[in-house]
Amino acid sequence: MTERLGTEAAPAATIVQTGTGPALGLHRGTLRVAGVVALAALGAVFPLVFTNPTATNFGVITLIFVAVASAWNLFSGYSGYLSLGHAIFYGSGAYFLCVTAKSWHLTGNAVFWLVPLGGVVAAVIAVPVGLVALRVRRHTFVVITIAFFFIAQLSASNLGITGGSSGILVPVPGNWDPATYNNPFYYLALVLATATVALSWQVRRSRFGLQLRAIRDDEDRAEGLGVRAMPVKLTALVVSAFITGMAGALWVFFIGEAFPQFVFDPLFDLAIVLMAFLGGLGTVAGPVLGALILEPTQLWLGLQQSNSYEFEIVFGALFLIVILFLPRGALPTGSEYITKWRARWRESHGDAP
Amino acid sequence: MGTEIAHAVAAGILGGGVYALMAAGLTLIFGVLDIINVAQGILVVLGGYLSYVLSVHLHLDLLLGLLITVPAMFVVGVAIYWLFIRPLRGAERTSMTLLACFAVALIIEGVLYRAFGSQYVSLSAWYTQSSVRIFGFYLSDIYLIGFGLAVVAIAALYLILYRTKFGRAVRATMQNQAAARLIGIDVNRVAAVTFGIGTAMTAVGGMVFGATSGGFNPNSGYDLISRLLAIIILAGMGSIGGALVAAVFMTTAESIVDIWQPNWSVAVFYLALVIILTFRPTGLFGRRAVRAQ
Repeated sequence: MTERLGTEAAPAATIVQTGTGPALGLHRGTLRVAGVVALAALGAVFPLVFTNPTATNFGVITLIFVAVASAWNLFSGYSGYLSLGHAIFYGSGAYFLCVTAKSWHLTGNAVFWLVPLGGVVAAVIAVPVGLVALRVRRHTFVVITIAFFFIAQLSASNLGITGGSSGILVPVPGNWDPATYNNPFYYLALVLATATVALSWQVRRSRFGLQLRAIRDDEDRAEGLGVRAMPVKLTALVVSAFITGMAGALWVFFIGEAFPQFVFDPLFDLAIVLMAFLGGLGTVAGPVLGALILEPTQLWLGLQQSNSYEFEIVFGALFLIVILFLPRGALPTGSEYITKWRARWRESHGDAP
Repeated sequence: MGTEIAHAVAAGILGGGVYALMAAGLTLIFGVLDIINVAQGILVVLGGYLSYVLSVHLHLDLLLGLLITVPAMFVVGVAIYWLFIRPLRGAERTSMTLLACFAVALIIEGVLYRAFGSQYVSLSAWYTQSSVRIFGFYLSDIYLIGFGLAVVAIAALYLILYRTKFGRAVRATMQNQAAARLIGIDVNRVAAVTFGIGTAMTAVGGMVFGATSGGFNPNSGYDLISRLLAIIILAGMGSIGGALVAAVFMTTAESIVDIWQPNWSVAVFYLALVIILTFRPTGLFGRRAVRAQ
């Protein structure tokens, strides 16, 4: 094993423990449940309060990204295998919906049935991708996911079935009321996002989640302790791809058209990674928080100026700030500060209340 | 058909020299710093735009312009390392540096769009239009010059690595960083200079790329970096000699497939990569197993 720059201070365990005592833990647990319920309620009534189509449009896209960022985190955040190729799954789900809806002449509500099938297609594609890419680790894995991403983009531009660079249109449900047009998409996205977060939470506290995190901390040791690394990693990737594919299919139905450079967008990969990093990599709430902050900002910036390069500069700068100053994400760093501050407060004030 | 293939092979080998040069910079940075500089693609484009500005606005010859752009890109590389890479520490450093490089690439791309717009530009001089007749077919002068430049730059890189004291420090750092530190090598300085040298390669690469590719814009960085990454993985990460072979192999294969299937010729890059990694995860010339990294 070669020594590398700056690894001297590497902490062995990267799981952040925030609870300090049983009493406090219970209190915190209640707070957490209340917070989740409040957030879900807010999500459910959002389109009833903000009936403006622009607002619900923001809502749909943001919820799709909540689902995708959580799904990405479910694989990459827990296992430590950073994927910069999730656009493959997003895009294959999206193209599946476009091509199938077009060739089967589906319109209106019937197209929604293609959304879960889009997830299945993405999951099937994830199997060979995973079998090749998961043979290598660290950097090389990241680079191979990037290479697969470019293969996918190239195929989308060159295959006849996708319409190439002239794009492909999704049959738009024409008889829907424009005022509530966004609502079915919104509630489907809400269901997808909620289910993904719930799954992410379940995985994190399961045996499977522990195996994933053991792989992240030290794969060789995990294998030595009896974790069958390859099936575990592959399962996580396939589950993640399934959700990402559904999100992509729903997104493209909502947008109504597919072009290779937007469906397979390198910025998409970076955006979901930044969301997870901003909120806290490997936590359940982190990617949700990151998506809730970043995606509306991105959409708002898009409304403000038509130049995408302004956004690229802002995005890159934000990314650097997060990496340099909040490397483990806002939630873990924040809770660390609170714990430190509490400890200091206790020291200076004694144990008396 | 026979002459077509021979011509494709010649063009592939000459074109491969430039990719070898850019990939050598990338794999050198990886070998010493354990960093994948995904900004290498956009840095090549930046180098191309620097040459473009010098030749269009200052009417400086492209080759003379390299005397300015090479040191300029060296400084850019050292600055990127010092500002954004050096501060990163801890267990997640590997992935963090990759993401930091990606963020830097985005910023550079945005700035280039702002400065030059999205229209394609290409570099021209008297030697980009003319061609010479060798072995019965015509080869553009700029391809020969580009190949010559690549050979000179790679030879210079080898001389630095194997004939100077600094080169010994670099190779020591590649082998074992802790031991290099113990015998008094300033690892941070070696890393910064190496990042600078790897980036300086993009000045030459950018000039030749801009003169041979038939036009580039700020978006060209993605295509470049995907090819460069494929080359260095195929070669085995950190192997400079391997990168040369892999680059020439890939451009030759691409230009042969290009005769029949122009749309899919780029896919050869990635297909070769996937096939080879399936059977040999270390890459062709990988010294250490990729798994063990």
